[in-house]
Amino acid sequence: MVDAVVIPLLKIVIVLVATLTAVSYMVLLERKVIAWTQARLGPMRVGPHGILQPIADALKLMIKEDITPARADRWVFTLAPILAMVPALIVYAVIPFGPAVEVFGRPVTLYITDINVGLLYVVSVTSVGVYGIILAGYASNSKYPMLASLRASAQLISYEVAVTLTLVSVVLVAGTLSLVGIVEAQREAHVWYLFAQPVAFALIVIGGLAETNRAPFDMPEAEQELTGGFHTEYSGMRFALFFLAEYANMIVVSSVATTLFLGGYLRPFPNVAAFGVLDIVPSWMWFLLKSFAFLYFFIWIRATLPRYRYDQLMRLGWKVLIPIAIANLVVTAIVRVLLVARVGADG
Amino acid sequence: METPAVHHGAMFDTDELVINMGPQHPSTHGVLRVVLRLDGETVVDADVVIGYLHRGIEKLSENRSYTQVILLTDRMDYVAAATNNVGYCETVEKLMGIEVPRRARYMRTLVCELQRIASHCLWLGTHAMDAGAMTVFLYAFRERELILDLFEEYCGARLTYNSMRIGGLPQEIPPGWDRKVREFCTIMDGKLVEYEELLTHNRIWRERTKGIGVIDGAAAMAIGLSGPSLRGSGVPRDLRRDEPYAAYDEMDFDVPIGLAGDTYDRYLVRMEEFRQSLRIIRQAIDGMPEGPIVGRVPRLIKPPAGETYHAIESPKGELGFFIVSDGRSMSPYRVRVRPPSFCNLQALPQLIKGHLIADVVVLIGSIDIVLGEVDR
Repeated sequence: MVDAVVIPLLKIVIVLVATLTAVSYMVLLERKVIAWTQARLGPMRVGPHGILQPIADALKLMIKEDITPARADRWVFTLAPILAMVPALIVYAVIPFGPAVEVFGRPVTLYITDINVGLLYVVSVTSVGVYGIILAGYASNSKYPMLASLRASAQLISYEVAVTLTLVSVVLVAGTLSLVGIVEAQREAHVWYLFAQPVAFALIVIGGLAETNRAPFDMPEAEQELTGGFHTEYSGMRFALFFLAEYANMIVVSSVATTLFLGGYLRPFPNVAAFGVLDIVPSWMWFLLKSFAFLYFFIWIRATLPRYRYDQLMRLGWKVLIPIAIANLVVTAIVRVLLVARVGADG
Repeated sequence: METPAVHHGAMFDTDELVINMGPQHPSTHGVLRVVLRLDGETVVDADVVIGYLHRGIEKLSENRSYTQVILLTDRMDYVAAATNNVGYCETVEKLMGIEVPRRARYMRTLVCELQRIASHCLWLGTHAMDAGAMTVFLYAFRERELILDLFEEYCGARLTYNSMRIGGLPQEIPPGWDRKVREFCTIMDGKLVEYEELLTHNRIWRERTKGIGVIDGAAAMAIGLSGPSLRGSGVPRDLRRDEPYAAYDEMDFDVPIGLAGDTYDRYLVRMEEFRQSLRIIRQAIDGMPEGPIVGRVPRLIKPPAGETYHAIESPKGELGFFIVSDGRSMSPYRVRVRPPSFCNLQALPQLIKGHLIADVVVLIGSIDIVLGEVDR
């Protein structure tokens, strides 16, 4: 009973609360980091160094008037932000924050579940998120959001292909779709897949930026062109959901990339006993640190680069990333087959 | 605006989408309104609507004394108020035949070039911002702030300076001001490198600006472009060199020109103008002569009957004043301004046709308009 229901429920609650907190503080972090990059201070008023800013923001958004445009499609208009937010949250079900540990003498795994098609689940669930954006643009019955939602769908389709093909090559190396399995495979391989699959890593970083609509690929919400893009007509809590979904997606991409390429919850050099002192830091902390590095990179990119144009982005996706992803996949497969053949011959 | 449906194929009915960009849009630099007809995201046609900031400055001038008009000119190109002041004052001086002392002419040159840098900072920041590069905006404004501080110290104001008088200057430069200007030049040298690191060799920036809004020299002249927008198309016309005013004939500087006539070249031209302006500022400070700052100006400013046109090189292009005096009244009979922003804006529909929405905002930034000057 306890193992089957209580512990998973507790884990879900903890992950949800932690994620939502992380998302709201992600917003603060982004504002702070960008402010520092730009020789500003960022939020300073609410709490010391603006530490309570997310709470103030949340309160403000909750008490704002929630407007539905007169000629909008009411149901879809309401559904869209939910559709954007939910997939971003349920992905966390399979992300391993750590291995099994003992809590009060009871073995507890630091992930909600480990399914044998974990990666497939991640890919499928995250691609549902774009429907939120498409429907939001469509339901607003407004021109700028409509253009934005068209951009979003085109962008997502082109990058989804490249990213998924890249993930296949990682799966080939690891030999499993389970996220925990992939982390453990990196332990056995004595190497982070960042070094085994550097091309794949680069592709995932670029594709991840594009899929989460982050700068320099933030066309669907290009403020300077489309006045906010798909969420132009949204206000109050429904706007907040889109906002949170974007950051939740960023965290998802960072977590997945950490799991696949940076050894997930493993400490650096997990097999070298000399570095055993690093075990003082618990596994989930390693995971958080690595994900944080990723998130910081996302913000850094946003503060530095101008925005790509829509057609250039499509060209980059179809003419550069997808061919590279396919080539990477083929090379990985060939090397893999040759290695297996050699190991087989040895055995 | 009604648009007829355009049929592209037998299978689908596709309509052009008419979209209103502005007058309240984050990237139209004030209250410009562009009515775009889109085919997908491609601009088929663009219609520029202006007049949202019209205050009737030219007409107002007819009811003000010649001196009072100076502060109306502040409100035209409000990001480069000092150059407007200089342009107007020099026109009146030309009308009245007033000789301006050399020290005042040097000061005017110095102030104009500081103003050019401030104006270009604003252009650079907003232009980059429109392309999505946020950080450059804040950096450019940080340096513009230094210039505003210098102006504040000189004439007390930060935006609308009222910093010139007919026949010279309102006041001497404060003690130690020239040293501060020199310090600013040193700071700016370093900051320019910083901007260029972020943009000039940035792959995305180049892809966003190269080949966008190409206009060749002949077409640019035909439409009346001036200033950096014209020089970007390879026409080496700069009033500072071709028809020197203030003390430009004593200054040594280059006039950068572009080759391709696209957004990137216009960008490069303005970036080089930063450097040339710094060069002129240094020369103006080093060679600043001693002497009076106001020439022999009659107590009553009442030009003889006649008319005159005088143009200067404002940061945005040829800023000309045409003033008619009836010789009897204390105020101009007619003032007509040839604003560079207004004339440059005429090129916009031509430039954006066939490009994407994302390019529209980049092109608006590229021709560097100020709506206060367009509408007056």
